Amino acid sequence: MRTEIIYENRSLYRDSFKVQGYVFGTGEKSVCIIGNMRGNEYQQLYACSRLVRALQNAEQQDMLEPGFEILVIPSVNPYSMNIEKRFWPIDNTDINRMFPGYVEGETTQRIAGGIFEKIKDYKYGIQFASNYMPGKFMPYISVMKTGFEVPEMARKFGMPYVVLRNPRPYDTTTLNYNWQIWETQAFSLYTTDTENIDKISAGRGVKAIFSFLSSLGLVRYSGHGGYHSQVVDDEKMITVRTPYAGLFEPEVTVEQEVQKGMLLARILNPVDGETTSRIYAPEDGIVFFMHSKPLTYGHTAVFKLIPASL
Amino acid sequence: MVQTIASIPLPVMENLQIKKNRLEGGSGEERKRLSVVTGIHGDELEGQYVCFELNRQIAANPQFLHGIVDIYPAMNPLGIDSITRGIPGFDLDMNRVFPGNDNGSMTEHLAARIIEDLEGSDLCIDIHASNIFLTELPQVRINELHRETLVPIAEKLNVDFIWVHQSSTVLESTLAYSLNSRNTPTLVVEMGVGMRITKAYCQQMVRGIFSVMHEMGMWSGPVDAPRKPMIADRDDAVLFLNAPVAGVFISQARHGDRLKKGSPVGVIVDPLEGSILERMKAPEDGILFTIREYPVVNEGSLIARILREEALA
Repeated sequence: MRTEIIYENRSLYRDSFKVQGYVFGTGEKSVCIIGNMRGNEYQQLYACSRLVRALQNAEQQDMLEPGFEILVIPSVNPYSMNIEKRFWPIDNTDINRMFPGYVEGETTQRIAGGIFEKIKDYKYGIQFASNYMPGKFMPYISVMKTGFEVPEMARKFGMPYVVLRNPRPYDTTTLNYNWQIWETQAFSLYTTDTENIDKISAGRGVKAIFSFLSSLGLVRYSGHGGYHSQVVDDEKMITVRTPYAGLFEPEVTVEQEVQKGMLLARILNPVDGETTSRIYAPEDGIVFFMHSKPLTYGHTAVFKLIPASL
Repeated sequence: MVQTIASIPLPVMENLQIKKNRLEGGSGEERKRLSVVTGIHGDELEGQYVCFELNRQIAANPQFLHGIVDIYPAMNPLGIDSITRGIPGFDLDMNRVFPGNDNGSMTEHLAARIIEDLEGSDLCIDIHASNIFLTELPQVRINELHRETLVPIAEKLNVDFIWVHQSSTVLESTLAYSLNSRNTPTLVVEMGVGMRITKAYCQQMVRGIFSVMHEMGMWSGPVDAPRKPMIADRDDAVLFLNAPVAGVFISQARHGDRLKKGSPVGVIVDPLEGSILERMKAPEDGILFTIREYPVVNEGSLIARILREEALA
């Protein structure tokens, strides 16, 4: 393994902003893996750091096949993380809304552009991603439908589900979208949490990447082969909303199987404790996403279910 | 008459409400409707004074009004109240959720109600105030897709500058794009700076709105002739100056200045060592229409935008 500064710029009063990569092997630029891009993606950083450790061990045990290069960038945004801010410290812009970047543009465009230049030639790109919906998710692989996507490859992670989704206008400036446009097969790997560390799902994420690397012939890995992934279209999931705002009191957990009519959560009046709404499962299924904040707004998706009928 | 166009309960004993004030004059089916919108970004306040003055001046001379003027001063009331650019609690730019979805999340639901209420206006003016980092000369920004419809209206709005910019997929989620694509002509105004009110610009904009209303047959009172704006309608008409180093920016020019090639725009300094890190100069003859307001800069921070003199020729 060797370390490489992928991008650096100088600050007025802070230590330099540095994005550091860990390079395993030499040869064909095979796989690039990215950790946190936002300052609150602690789980993504944690999972990526465990991956670096696991790859180091694999290298020491001579498990990496020669002729391939794997690049891991655990943190694209140490500056925001060090001050506990989600987006860029000074102007609150999101690096993951700046791709493919522009090296003569504004600060986060330059960061995105500088990094993209170094990672755009890899054959496969994996991002430990966080979802815009605050809550807990089943670990899964997400693939954006850009016309270049290959869902069959996503199955090689051995995660229970591969979710396909249509890009929205703002997705056109994300890393995942631009990787695909530049002909890198891109996958977003979601583990359960974002702002809290979840050891188990981070471990599942690392194993999933090892399964993927093994399927490509990059690493000799004899661990659990994982699941035969089910490919699910995002639009086929059942979104369960709360009509009312209030305290959110869940009765189920992520990955739990639920039956039609089962109580999923209560919404409570936050000052007198009265139950203002009961939220029931509209169909049999598995809890794929669950809201996890104490309060909820009205008109808010608090659960996503994968219907059993799929 | 003040009307609530959207109301959503918040978790603890509060409703989020978006309101408008409808001012009406004259009668008949043919009456035109102008909607003036601001406060989508909670840190942009220039539009507050425009709304106040527009309300005040119409109320003082109601006999001149022949149509409907809807004034929406606070599309993002929680943002305005908390000095937050986006929607607090969602970390989301409200101008990236349009056209929204009535059955979607709270923010998408709000966006859908806003579109529903604005759609059908004969003209919508969406007033922005740059951000806290930059000061802008009063200008209208127009997506090239809507150039034919919007440039003639914008020329009456008494702005200094009209910028016809390239289309971009990301901007398809803006209020203006959503309304324009639904055949509700919508102008985006940028002027002044975030978190402040620049009275002179606000008054210039109010005069422009009355000029447009006069043109639309909605206002029969006296109006000032609008100033003739500069128009940038080529991709290369605008030069961007970005900070090559991090430091503290001290400006040496004001927006609206006509700069000669090589004339100073400002310096980036290092207060720790008392050194000048960079002298920023105009790369060509042109008009400075954006200038850095917030002094601390990173490498890449936007310092200025200059309309190239050559592009005006």
